[in-house]
Amino acid sequence: MGKREGLEVSLAVAEAVKLARADVIAAYPITPQTHIVEKLSEMVAEGELDAESITVESEHSALSACLGSAAAGARTFTATSGQGLELMHEVVYIASSMRLPIVMAEANRALSAPLSVWGDHSDVMAVRDTGWVQIFCESGQDAFDLTLWAFRAAEDKRVLFPVMVNLDGFHLTHVVEPIIIEDQAAVDAYLPPNDFPVPLDPRKPVNMGTFAPPHIYSEIKKSQEVAFQGTRPVLRELLDDFAKHFGRKYNFVETYKADDAETLILTMGSYSQTASVAVDELRAKGRKVGQVRIRLWRPFPFDELRAAVRNAKRLVILDRAIASGTSSPVATEVRSALYNEEKRSKIASIVAGLGGRDILPEQFVEIIERGEKIADEGQKEPFEMYGVRG
Amino acid sequence: MDLKARRSARLERNRAKKSKHFNTSEDTAMIEIRFHGRGGQGAVTSAELIALAAIEQGRYAQSMPSFGPERRGAPVQAYLRVSEEEIRVRAEVTHPDIVVVLDDGLLNIMDVTAGLKPGGLVVINTHQNESDVRGTMKYKGRLATVDALKIALETLKVPITNTTMIGALLKASNLVPLDSLIPQIKHRFNPKLAERNIEALKKAFEETKVSG
Repeated sequence: MGKREGLEVSLAVAEAVKLARADVIAAYPITPQTHIVEKLSEMVAEGELDAESITVESEHSALSACLGSAAAGARTFTATSGQGLELMHEVVYIASSMRLPIVMAEANRALSAPLSVWGDHSDVMAVRDTGWVQIFCESGQDAFDLTLWAFRAAEDKRVLFPVMVNLDGFHLTHVVEPIIIEDQAAVDAYLPPNDFPVPLDPRKPVNMGTFAPPHIYSEIKKSQEVAFQGTRPVLRELLDDFAKHFGRKYNFVETYKADDAETLILTMGSYSQTASVAVDELRAKGRKVGQVRIRLWRPFPFDELRAAVRNAKRLVILDRAIASGTSSPVATEVRSALYNEEKRSKIASIVAGLGGRDILPEQFVEIIERGEKIADEGQKEPFEMYGVRG
Repeated sequence: MDLKARRSARLERNRAKKSKHFNTSEDTAMIEIRFHGRGGQGAVTSAELIALAAIEQGRYAQSMPSFGPERRGAPVQAYLRVSEEEIRVRAEVTHPDIVVVLDDGLLNIMDVTAGLKPGGLVVINTHQNESDVRGTMKYKGRLATVDALKIALETLKVPITNTTMIGALLKASNLVPLDSLIPQIKHRFNPKLAERNIEALKKAFEETKVSG
């Protein structure tokens, strides 16, 4: 049986990595991710975790080291945030296209300039199309559970893609809250040893990520993409499997009071919890408002999203990132998912919560009400920023 | 208008402002607390230790620092929520039921009572007497005062008032039982330091004066 403990969420992620018996951790410290790798280094130094902790000189090197260890068949973990993820950028693509089952905890952080260590989704949006499975946490329990799940998913032979577990910088990473930490026997029963099918081995040489001239590059890219798009049923099955083991069920798309809702607020990440308080407040006033939360961001859960919003008149979409020169990332994705539907919700795209700015429950009420107005009138601009001076 | 008068006028205006904020404590029996201190005094540790004690009791609690790069000596805040139900608000505490001030020098540079709910409580580390503190703050509500610095210097030999202020807070509110902090303090500090912190906690609990 698991034990309910008060714990900083970063430390719960480190516990999950320890319970998963990771073999290699290569990371570079960066706020607000630092506590995760700091704790893991301590666990390795204290002999609590039998793993190689590789100290590197940059995030680019951190993920490069992970490529090597994952290719050798070692269970591999890294963590980063904001600028760190951007410095990794070219290696992020290589990890997925070489089909290496690396798990990354991504403490979502704003991007410079101006420098901000605080949270938003700008960093992950810059790597959204890199072929990593990307899942979002809403609470400390999610962060613990989905880190365990990430190893199971990444290493499943029907998946073999790296998995990025997104947890909001500070609003998750630095919060102390009750979290059920599962025991080692239960985790061992859930997570079999990594059995990477084609490990680097001098006795049985293999090539990885080699040179591809024009006559073969397209075929390789097609095979990668067919495999990635094909992971959805497996990922779904693996979330069911997690629920069977631990009793907590996660879905690609979560809903709250959505069944008869005329207006849905669509959120992603830890602000979803705060938004649900606003939904309750509006429901108490007799308003037909509900919530949809995207948990799996890549591969995008088209079917689940369409099903979740099917009956809503209006969809108010919150983005915690700007996609410069176009509409905001989540709204763009949702619009494209619904375009071919005969019955489509009217959409209001709202950007808020940038660079760690809180959104209080009463502000979510304002966002929902403003969104309803925008949706009814028809949004003229690509998006509207909420609560911004000037 | 001189600065001081302008400041007190602003305070009155802020208090008079009708808050749009949900009365979360009424709706969900959730207590929200804001700690004010300076980097290094232990505001974050105070919030965290109480959260851990409440979680250990099987209740819900959430503590978080005011996010960002902390500097020793700079004003910092920490937030704590304790509830009988799952806590869904993931944001700083803007409308506290209780404010805890680890450094009374902060009273001169900020309004620590900003957003304090009606019937709220302020707990302050100060060597000043109650009426002087009330005068500085222009505050008439429930107030708890303790010379936590003196207690910390006597028992811990360092000017860190985190556990001391927990003692003061628990005298003025029944958030968690005083004894529930003891295992948390023992877990956090080495045995010698833990013993001194427990002494500081208990001493502050005894010496705290509550009025209003």
